[in-house]
Amino acid sequence: MLVITAVLAKTSLAGEPSPERQSALRNMLNHDCGACHGLTLKGGLGPALLPEALAGKPDDFLISTILNGREGTAMPPWQPFMNRNEAAWLVEILRKSETKP
Amino acid sequence: MIKLLPLLALLFSFNAIAELRATGDLGIVIEREDGNALIINTTEHKRLAKIEKLGDLSHASVVFSRDQRYAYVFGRDGGLTKIDMLKDAIDKRIIQAGNSIGGAISQDGKLIAVSNYTPGGIKVFSSDTLELVADIPSDYGEGLRSKVVGLVDAPGQRFVFSLFDAGEIWMADFKNPKAPAIKKFPNIGKQPYDALMSPDGHYYIAGLFGEPGLALLDLWNLDAGVKHILSDYGKDDEKLPVYKMPHLEGWAVAGDYVFAPAIGQHKVLVIDKNTWELHDTISVAGQPVFVMARPDARQVWVNFAFPDNNQVQIIDVKDLSISKTLSPGKAVLHMEFTPRGEQVWVAVRDDNQLVVYDTETLQEITRLPANKPNGIFFSSRAHKIGL
Ligand code: HEC
Repeated sequence: MLVITAVLAKTSLAGEPSPERQSALRNMLNHDCGACHGLTLKGGLGPALLPEALAGKPDDFLISTILNGREGTAMPPWQPFMNRNEAAWLVEILRKSETKP
Repeated sequence: MIKLLPLLALLFSFNAIAELRATGDLGIVIEREDGNALIINTTEHKRLAKIEKLGDLSHASVVFSRDQRYAYVFGRDGGLTKIDMLKDAIDKRIIQAGNSIGGAISQDGKLIAVSNYTPGGIKVFSSDTLELVADIPSDYGEGLRSKVVGLVDAPGQRFVFSLFDAGEIWMADFKNPKAPAIKKFPNIGKQPYDALMSPDGHYYIAGLFGEPGLALLDLWNLDAGVKHILSDYGKDDEKLPVYKMPHLEGWAVAGDYVFAPAIGQHKVLVIDKNTWELHDTISVAGQPVFVMARPDARQVWVNFAFPDNNQVQIIDVKDLSISKTLSPGKAVLHMEFTPRGEQVWVAVRDDNQLVVYDTETLQEITRLPANKPNGIFFSSRAHKIGL
C-alpha cells in the first residue's frame, strides 16, 4: 500500500510522467515486462511488443491490457503500479520502439 | 646453450604452473543487460574474467560440460555460446533459433539440447562442435506449433520437455542420435510453464499455469502415463496476479517432502512424495519464483516475483517454518548454493551486486559488483541430473 501511494504521488495526473518516473518505467519495461516479453521486447512467453506487432491495435485497447491484464492468459494487471497516464506513455514508447534508456 | 636449456625448461614450467586453473569451483554469472558472462571463483569470491557479446541474455541459463571446462550459455535470442573457462574465451557461438528459453546437456555429455519458443521445438547439437544433430519441431494439431519449456536431461540418454501451448510432455530418446525416438504424453493439463527433474532422475514434474495442479511423469513407469496431482489445490481461491513465472529448476526435495511454488498464491506447497498429496502450505512474502533446497536439504530458500522481489525467505525444513527473511537488495533474481551448501550466492539485479551468505549464520559474507546480474550457475551442475 505504501509503495502504491508513493508511486502515485510522484506522477502528476496529466501530461508526461516526471523524468524520474520515466526512468523507473523504462527500467520496469526492460526488466519486469521483459521477463515475459523479452529484454528487447521481441517476445517470450508473451508476444512481441515491437511497433509492427502493435500497429493497428488501438491505444485504448493496449492501455487497458496493461492496466487490467488479460483474463485467462499470463498477462497480469499493472494497475497497482502505474496509472492510466503512465500506461499511455508506455504504449507511446512501445510504438516508437524507444525501449532502450 | 646446453647450460641454458634446463634453466629455460624451469622457466617454462613455472609459467605453466602459474597458468594452471582448476574449474570445479568456478561459475558463470549472467549480466542481463550487457549480454555478458562473468567467470567467477566461488572459493575465493573473485571475478576472473568477463566474456562479452553473448546477445540477449534476459532469460539466460547455463549448463556445463562434464569435464567442467566448458559452459554453454543459452540466450533468449536463440544464441548458444560455448565458453572455454580455461582460456576465458568464446570457443564457439551460433544463433540456432529466433527465441529460446533454456537447454540441457545429455547424460553422456555429448549432446546439447535447446528449447525454443520460435520456431517452437527443440534442437540438439554436438557439444563438441555445436553442429546440428537433430531438429524436433513441436507440431501439434493442424499447423500449430507450441512453445517449448521445462527441457531437462534424463537417464538413458533422454531429454524430456513440455509444450506450453499444446499441454503435452514429450520424451526424446537419443541413444541413436541420428534417429531419436519420441514418446508423447498428450492432455497433461493446461499451459505447463516450466518443469523439473528429480535429482535421482526418477520423476519429471511440470507446473501448470492454466489450471490448478502439477503434471507428474514417473520415468520408472512410463506406461502409467502422466498423473495430474494436487488438482484441487487452490481451485476455489482467488488467483493473485503473477508478475513473473515461477521457475521449477531447483527441485527442492527434503526427505519425504517436495517443495514447489504455488502459482497465483503467496505460498510454498509441501507435497508428500509417497502419496503425491499436499502435506502442508507455507505462507510466504510474495509469489515464489525459485524454491531451492540447500544441498543437504535442511533449508529451503525462496525468492519472489515483482513487487516483493527485494526479499529472500528461508524455510527451516525441520518444522516447516520461516526461519528468516533477508533483504539482500532490489530485484533478487536468482540464487545458487556452493556444491555442499555452506554458502549461497544471490543475484541482486537493480543493485548491481552479487551477495554471498553463510547459510548457517545467515550473515552476509561479501558482495561483488556485477551489472544487472540475473543468473548464477556453478560448474558443480556438470554432475547433476536435470541441471
Ligand atoms: C508474466 C508474464 C507477463 C508480464 C510480466 C507482462 N506481460 Fe504483457 N502479456 C503477456 C501475455 C501472455 C500476453 C498475451 C495475452 C494474450 O494472449 O492475449 C501479453 C500481452 C500484452 C500486450 C498486448 C499485446 C497485443 O499485441 O495485443 C501488451 C501491450 C503488454 N502485454 C504489455 C505489457 C507491459 C507494458 C508489461 C510490463 C508493465 C507486461 N506486458 C508484462 C505476459 C506478460
